[in-house]
Amino acid sequence: MENQPAENQQISKKKKISWGHLVIWIVLILFLIVLGLGLLRSQEGPIGINDASPNFTLTTFEGEIIKMSDLKGKLVLVNFWASWCTPCEQEASEIEMAWQSYKNSDKVVFLGVDYVDTEPEARAYLQKYHISYPNGPDLGTRISQSFRIRGVPETYIIDQNGLIQFVQIGPFRSSSQIQSVIDSLLNQ
Amino acid sequence: MRNRFPHRTASLLISLLVIFSIPILVKAQSGSPTSVTDDEVNSVARELYCPVCENIPLDVCGTQACAQWRELIRQKLEAGWSKDQIKVYFVEQYGDRVLATPPARGFNWLIYLFPPLLILLGGIILYRSIKIWKAAPPARENPNEEVPLEKDPYFAQIEDELKKR
Repeated sequence: MENQPAENQQISKKKKISWGHLVIWIVLILFLIVLGLGLLRSQEGPIGINDASPNFTLTTFEGEIIKMSDLKGKLVLVNFWASWCTPCEQEASEIEMAWQSYKNSDKVVFLGVDYVDTEPEARAYLQKYHISYPNGPDLGTRISQSFRIRGVPETYIIDQNGLIQFVQIGPFRSSSQIQSVIDSLLNQ
Repeated sequence: MRNRFPHRTASLLISLLVIFSIPILVKAQSGSPTSVTDDEVNSVARELYCPVCENIPLDVCGTQACAQWRELIRQKLEAGWSKDQIKVYFVEQYGDRVLATPPARGFNWLIYLFPPLLILLGGIILYRSIKIWKAAPPARENPNEEVPLEKDPYFAQIEDELKKR
Protein backbone atom coordinates (compact mmCIF):
# COMPACT_ATOMS: atom_id res chain seq x y z
CA MET A 1 0.00 0.00 0.00
CA GLU A 2 2.88 2.33 0.79
CA ASN A 3 4.23 1.87 -2.67
CA GLN A 4 0.95 2.80 -4.40
CA PRO A 5 1.69 6.54 -5.01
CA ALA A 6 5.16 5.73 -6.27
CA GLU A 7 3.71 3.18 -8.68
CA ASN A 8 1.07 5.66 -9.93
CA GLN A 9 3.79 8.21 -10.47
CA GLN A 10 5.76 5.69 -12.49
CA ILE A 11 2.70 4.79 -14.60
CA SER A 12 1.90 8.46 -15.33
CA LYS A 13 5.56 9.02 -16.27
CA LYS A 14 5.37 6.07 -18.63
CA LYS A 15 2.17 7.52 -20.19
CA LYS A 16 3.86 10.89 -20.74
CA ILE A 17 6.79 9.25 -22.48
CA SER A 18 4.51 7.27 -24.78
CA TRP A 19 2.64 10.45 -25.80
CA GLY A 20 5.92 12.08 -26.76
CA HIS A 21 6.91 9.04 -28.74
CA LEU A 22 3.52 8.99 -30.44
CA VAL A 23 3.89 12.59 -31.62
CA ILE A 24 7.38 11.90 -32.94
CA TRP A 25 6.19 8.82 -34.80
CA ILE A 26 3.18 10.64 -36.28
CA VAL A 27 5.40 13.46 -37.57
CA LEU A 28 7.92 11.01 -38.99
CA ILE A 29 5.23 8.92 -40.68
CA LEU A 30 3.64 12.07 -42.16
CA PHE A 31 7.03 13.15 -43.42
CA LEU A 32 7.60 9.76 -45.02
CA ILE A 33 4.11 9.80 -46.62
CA VAL A 34 4.78 13.23 -48.15
CA LEU A 35 8.19 12.06 -49.39
CA GLY A 36 6.66 8.88 -50.80
CA LEU A 37 3.89 10.78 -52.58
CA GLY A 38 6.44 13.14 -54.13
CA LEU A 39 8.56 10.20 -55.25
CA LEU A 40 5.56 8.38 -56.72
CA ARG A 41 4.58 11.50 -58.62
CA SER A 42 8.06 11.95 -60.04
CA GLN A 43 8.25 8.26 -61.02
CA GLU A 44 4.83 8.26 -62.70
CA GLY A 45 6.35 8.29 -66.17
CA PRO A 46 4.79 9.63 -69.33
CA ILE A 47 1.19 9.20 -70.36
CA GLY A 48 0.84 6.25 -72.75
CA ILE A 49 -1.25 4.49 -75.36
CA ASN A 50 -4.82 3.65 -74.26
CA ASP A 51 -4.57 6.04 -71.30
CA ALA A 52 -7.46 8.46 -70.97
CA SER A 53 -6.63 11.91 -72.24
CA PRO A 54 -6.39 14.62 -69.58
CA ASN A 55 -9.39 16.92 -69.63
CA PHE A 56 -7.87 20.32 -70.37
CA THR A 57 -9.02 23.73 -71.49
CA LEU A 58 -7.03 25.70 -74.04
CA THR A 59 -7.49 29.43 -74.49
CA THR A 60 -6.17 30.29 -77.92
CA PHE A 61 -4.15 33.39 -78.80
CA GLU A 62 -7.37 34.69 -80.38
CA GLY A 63 -9.27 34.23 -77.11
CA GLU A 64 -11.31 31.18 -78.12
CA ILE A 65 -11.83 28.65 -75.29
CA ILE A 66 -11.56 25.01 -76.35
CA LYS A 67 -12.45 22.26 -73.87
CA MET A 68 -11.27 18.72 -74.44
CA SER A 69 -14.56 17.43 -73.02
CA ASP A 70 -16.42 19.18 -75.87
CA LEU A 71 -14.37 17.32 -78.49
CA LYS A 72 -15.62 13.80 -77.71
CA GLY A 73 -16.49 11.95 -80.90
CA LYS A 74 -13.66 13.65 -82.77
CA LEU A 75 -10.06 12.66 -83.37
CA VAL A 76 -7.85 15.24 -81.67
CA LEU A 77 -4.19 15.91 -82.42
CA VAL A 78 -2.48 17.84 -79.61
CA ASN A 79 0.94 19.21 -80.51
CA PHE A 80 3.23 20.74 -77.86
CA TRP A 81 5.69 23.26 -79.27
CA ALA A 82 7.64 26.43 -78.49
CA SER A 83 9.15 29.21 -80.58
CA TRP A 84 12.62 28.59 -79.03
CA CYS A 85 12.51 24.91 -79.97
CA THR A 86 14.48 24.19 -83.14
CA PRO A 87 13.08 20.66 -83.76
CA CYS A 88 9.57 22.17 -83.57
CA GLU A 89 10.42 24.24 -86.62
CA GLN A 90 11.18 21.06 -88.56
CA GLU A 91 7.64 19.77 -88.15
CA ALA A 92 5.66 23.04 -88.09
CA SER A 93 5.01 23.13 -91.84
CA GLU A 94 4.35 19.39 -91.95
CA ILE A 95 1.63 19.60 -89.30
CA GLU A 96 0.05 22.58 -91.05
CA MET A 97 0.14 20.66 -94.36
CA ALA A 98 -1.60 17.70 -92.71
CA TRP A 99 -4.17 20.05 -91.17
CA GLN A 100 -5.02 21.38 -94.62
CA SER A 101 -6.22 17.86 -95.52
CA TYR A 102 -8.61 17.65 -92.56
CA LYS A 103 -9.67 21.24 -91.89
CA ASN A 104 -12.94 20.81 -93.79
CA SER A 105 -13.73 17.55 -92.03
CA ASP A 106 -15.68 17.67 -88.79
CA LYS A 107 -14.04 14.45 -87.60
CA VAL A 108 -10.55 15.78 -86.90
CA VAL A 109 -9.31 18.65 -84.71
CA PHE A 110 -5.73 19.91 -84.46
CA LEU A 111 -4.63 21.86 -81.37
CA GLY A 112 -1.29 23.55 -80.76
CA VAL A 113 -0.15 24.06 -77.18
CA ASP A 114 2.62 26.63 -76.80
CA TYR A 115 4.88 25.47 -73.97
CA VAL A 116 6.81 27.93 -71.74
CA ASP A 117 7.00 30.61 -74.38
CA THR A 118 6.75 34.36 -74.80
CA GLU A 119 3.75 35.65 -76.71
CA PRO A 120 5.39 37.94 -79.31
CA GLU A 121 7.84 35.20 -80.37
CA ALA A 122 5.04 32.60 -80.39
CA ARG A 123 2.87 34.77 -82.62
CA ALA A 124 5.81 35.41 -84.95
CA TYR A 125 6.42 31.64 -85.15
CA LEU A 126 2.76 30.97 -86.06
CA GLN A 127 2.92 33.64 -88.73
CA LYS A 128 6.24 32.38 -90.11
CA TYR A 129 4.92 28.84 -90.64
CA HIS A 130 1.40 29.98 -91.67
CA ILE A 131 -0.17 27.85 -88.93
CA SER A 132 -3.93 28.08 -89.15
CA TYR A 133 -5.24 25.51 -86.66
CA PRO A 134 -6.07 26.72 -83.10
CA ASN A 135 -3.05 27.47 -80.95
CA GLY A 136 -2.76 28.84 -77.44
CA PRO A 137 -0.36 29.21 -74.54
CA ASP A 138 -0.05 26.52 -71.90
CA LEU A 139 -1.10 28.81 -69.06
CA GLY A 140 0.51 27.82 -65.78
CA THR A 141 1.99 24.80 -67.65
CA ARG A 142 -1.17 22.97 -66.59
CA ILE A 143 -1.75 21.15 -69.89
CA SER A 144 1.86 19.96 -70.27
CA GLN A 145 1.86 18.81 -66.64
CA SER A 146 -1.35 16.84 -67.12
CA PHE A 147 0.19 15.12 -70.18
CA ARG A 148 3.48 14.75 -68.23
CA ILE A 149 5.46 15.79 -71.30
CA ARG A 150 9.26 15.44 -71.23
CA GLY A 151 10.02 18.21 -73.70
CA VAL A 152 8.98 19.73 -77.00
CA PRO A 153 7.96 18.81 -79.62
CA GLU A 154 5.58 16.10 -78.48
CA THR A 155 2.33 15.13 -80.16
CA TYR A 156 -0.60 13.09 -78.87
CA ILE A 157 -3.45 11.77 -81.00
CA ILE A 158 -6.63 11.10 -79.06
CA ASP A 159 -9.44 8.97 -80.46
CA GLN A 160 -13.18 9.62 -80.47
CA ASN A 161 -13.54 7.98 -77.04
CA GLY A 162 -10.96 10.22 -75.42
CA LEU A 163 -8.21 7.61 -75.34
CA ILE A 164 -4.66 8.32 -76.42
CA GLN A 165 -3.89 6.22 -79.49
CA PHE A 166 -0.60 7.65 -80.72
CA VAL A 167 2.34 9.46 -79.12
CA GLN A 168 5.10 11.14 -81.09
CA ILE A 169 8.16 12.16 -79.10
CA GLY A 170 10.23 14.55 -81.20
CA PRO A 171 9.26 15.98 -84.57
CA PHE A 172 7.20 14.28 -87.27
CA ARG A 173 9.25 13.48 -90.35
CA SER A 174 6.55 14.41 -92.87
CA SER A 175 2.91 15.34 -93.30
CA SER A 176 2.27 11.92 -94.85
CA GLN A 177 3.41 10.28 -91.58
CA ILE A 178 0.80 12.32 -89.70
CA GLN A 179 -1.89 11.58 -92.27
CA SER A 180 -1.21 7.84 -92.26
CA VAL A 181 -1.64 7.71 -88.46
CA ILE A 182 -4.84 9.77 -88.55
CA ASP A 183 -6.31 7.85 -91.48
CA SER A 184 -5.64 4.49 -89.86
CA LEU A 185 -7.33 5.68 -86.66
CA LEU A 186 -10.31 7.06 -88.61
CA ASN A 187 -10.72 3.74 -90.42
CA GLN A 188 -10.73 1.65 -87.26
CA MET B 1 43.49 92.69 -77.92
CA ARG B 2 40.58 93.44 -75.53
CA ASN B 3 38.06 91.50 -77.63
CA ARG B 4 40.22 88.37 -78.01
CA PHE B 5 39.67 86.96 -74.52
CA PRO B 6 35.84 86.76 -74.63
CA HIS B 7 36.04 85.23 -78.11
CA ARG B 8 38.41 82.50 -76.91
CA THR B 9 36.22 81.80 -73.88
CA ALA B 10 33.15 81.45 -76.04
CA SER B 11 34.98 79.00 -78.35
CA LEU B 12 36.12 76.98 -75.35
CA LEU B 13 32.59 76.85 -73.94
CA ILE B 14 31.12 75.74 -77.25
CA SER B 15 33.81 73.04 -77.59
CA LEU B 16 33.10 71.75 -74.08
CA LEU B 17 29.37 71.79 -74.76
CA VAL B 18 29.85 69.74 -77.93
CA ILE B 19 32.19 67.25 -76.18
CA PHE B 20 29.83 66.68 -73.27
CA SER B 21 26.70 66.52 -75.37
CA ILE B 22 28.03 63.72 -77.64
CA PRO B 23 27.51 60.88 -75.12
CA ILE B 24 24.05 62.19 -74.27
CA LEU B 25 23.11 62.34 -77.95
CA VAL B 26 24.51 58.85 -78.58
CA LYS B 27 22.56 57.43 -75.63
CA ALA B 28 19.38 59.13 -76.82
CA GLN B 29 19.86 57.61 -80.26
CA SER B 30 20.63 54.08 -79.11
CA GLY B 31 18.28 53.45 -76.18
CA SER B 32 14.64 53.83 -75.37
CA PRO B 33 13.67 56.78 -73.14
CA THR B 34 13.48 54.49 -70.06
CA SER B 35 16.25 52.07 -70.92
CA VAL B 36 16.64 49.26 -68.40
CA THR B 37 20.07 47.94 -67.46
CA ASP B 38 21.07 44.28 -67.48
CA ASP B 39 21.52 44.46 -63.69
CA GLU B 40 17.90 45.53 -63.27
CA VAL B 41 16.73 42.69 -65.52
CA ASN B 42 18.92 40.20 -63.66
CA SER B 43 17.70 41.32 -60.24
CA VAL B 44 14.25 40.08 -61.30
CA ALA B 45 15.55 37.13 -63.31
CA ARG B 46 17.56 35.66 -60.43
CA GLU B 47 14.31 35.12 -58.52
CA LEU B 48 12.82 33.09 -61.36
CA TYR B 49 13.53 29.65 -62.79
CA CYS B 50 12.64 28.52 -66.29
CA PRO B 51 10.89 25.09 -66.24
CA VAL B 52 12.84 24.03 -69.33
CA CYS B 53 16.24 24.21 -67.66
CA GLU B 54 15.50 23.11 -64.12
CA ASN B 55 17.65 24.27 -61.20
CA ILE B 56 19.29 27.07 -63.19
CA PRO B 57 18.25 30.60 -62.22
CA LEU B 58 16.99 32.66 -65.12
CA ASP B 59 19.77 35.27 -64.84
CA VAL B 60 22.52 32.71 -65.63
CA CYS B 61 20.60 30.35 -67.92
CA GLY B 62 22.01 30.28 -71.43
CA THR B 63 19.15 28.78 -73.43
CA GLN B 64 17.10 30.56 -76.08
CA ALA B 65 13.97 30.18 -73.91
CA CYS B 66 15.65 31.98 -71.00
CA ALA B 67 16.98 34.72 -73.28
CA GLN B 68 13.39 35.32 -74.43
CA TRP B 69 12.19 35.42 -70.83
CA ARG B 70 14.86 37.98 -69.89
CA GLU B 71 13.84 40.08 -72.87
CA LEU B 72 10.24 39.88 -71.66
CA ILE B 73 11.35 41.06 -68.20
CA ARG B 74 13.17 43.98 -69.85
CA GLN B 75 10.03 44.93 -71.78
CA LYS B 76 7.89 44.77 -68.64
CA LEU B 77 10.39 46.89 -66.67
CA GLU B 78 10.47 49.43 -69.49
CA ALA B 79 6.68 49.52 -69.35
CA GLY B 80 6.98 50.50 -65.68
CA TRP B 81 6.08 47.17 -64.07
CA SER B 82 7.40 46.43 -60.59
CA LYS B 83 9.34 43.28 -59.65
CA ASP B 84 6.28 41.83 -57.89
CA GLN B 85 3.99 42.55 -60.84
CA ILE B 86 6.42 40.76 -63.16
CA LYS B 87 6.63 37.77 -60.82
CA VAL B 88 2.83 37.55 -60.63
CA TYR B 89 2.67 37.68 -64.44
CA PHE B 90 5.21 34.85 -64.76
CA VAL B 91 3.32 32.72 -62.22
CA GLU B 92 0.07 33.26 -64.14
CA GLN B 93 1.76 32.31 -67.40
CA TYR B 94 4.01 29.46 -66.31
CA GLY B 95 2.91 28.35 -62.85
CA ASP B 96 4.30 28.48 -59.30
CA ARG B 97 7.36 26.45 -60.17
CA VAL B 98 9.03 29.42 -61.86
CA LEU B 99 9.51 31.05 -58.46
CA ALA B 100 12.79 30.55 -56.59
CA THR B 101 10.87 30.75 -53.30
CA PRO B 102 7.62 28.76 -53.42
CA PRO B 103 4.60 30.68 -52.14
CA ALA B 104 3.31 29.52 -48.74
CA ARG B 105 0.01 28.01 -49.84
CA GLY B 106 -1.47 24.53 -50.34
CA PHE B 107 1.05 21.69 -50.24
CA ASN B 108 3.91 24.24 -50.22
CA TRP B 109 3.16 24.84 -46.53
CA LEU B 110 4.88 21.54 -45.77
CA ILE B 111 8.20 23.00 -46.95
CA TYR B 112 7.90 25.74 -44.35
CA LEU B 113 6.34 23.56 -41.66
CA PHE B 114 8.45 20.41 -41.64
CA PRO B 115 12.01 21.74 -41.14
CA PRO B 116 11.20 23.83 -38.00
CA LEU B 117 9.02 21.00 -36.69
CA LEU B 118 11.82 18.46 -37.16
CA ILE B 119 14.33 20.82 -35.52
CA LEU B 120 11.92 21.26 -32.59
CA LEU B 121 11.49 17.51 -32.25
CA GLY B 122 15.23 17.03 -32.43
CA GLY B 123 15.64 19.61 -29.66
CA ILE B 124 13.06 17.84 -27.49
CA ILE B 125 14.76 14.47 -28.02
CA LEU B 126 18.16 15.99 -27.21
CA TYR B 127 16.81 17.70 -24.07
CA ARG B 128 15.19 14.50 -22.82
CA SER B 129 18.29 12.43 -23.57
CA ILE B 130 20.53 14.87 -21.66
CA LYS B 131 18.06 14.80 -18.76
CA ILE B 132 18.11 10.97 -18.68
CA TRP B 133 21.92 10.87 -18.88
CA LYS B 134 22.18 13.35 -16.01
CA ALA B 135 19.72 11.38 -13.87
CA ALA B 136 21.57 8.08 -14.42
CA PRO B 137 23.73 6.95 -11.42
CA PRO B 138 27.43 7.69 -11.92
CA ALA B 139 29.49 4.75 -13.06
CA ARG B 140 31.61 3.12 -10.37
CA GLU B 141 35.24 4.00 -10.46
CA ASN B 142 36.24 0.36 -10.03
CA PRO B 143 33.65 -1.95 -11.61
CA ASN B 144 35.22 -5.00 -9.94
CA GLU B 145 34.78 -3.49 -6.51
CA GLU B 146 32.33 -5.42 -4.31
CA VAL B 147 29.20 -3.43 -3.39
CA PRO B 148 27.60 -4.24 -0.09
CA LEU B 149 24.19 -5.85 -0.61
CA GLU B 150 22.29 -3.18 1.36
CA LYS B 151 23.71 -0.49 -0.97
CA ASP B 152 22.96 -2.32 -4.22
CA PRO B 153 19.87 -0.72 -5.86
CA TYR B 154 19.02 -3.92 -7.73
CA PHE B 155 19.03 -5.89 -4.50
CA ALA B 156 16.72 -3.30 -2.93
CA GLN B 157 14.36 -3.57 -5.93
CA ILE B 158 14.25 -7.38 -5.64
CA GLU B 159 13.56 -7.02 -1.94
CA ASP B 160 10.66 -4.65 -2.68
CA GLU B 161 9.17 -7.03 -5.26
CA LEU B 162 9.42 -9.96 -2.83
CA LYS B 163 7.73 -7.95 -0.06
CA LYS B 164 4.79 -7.28 -2.36
CA ARG B 165 4.20 -11.04 -2.79
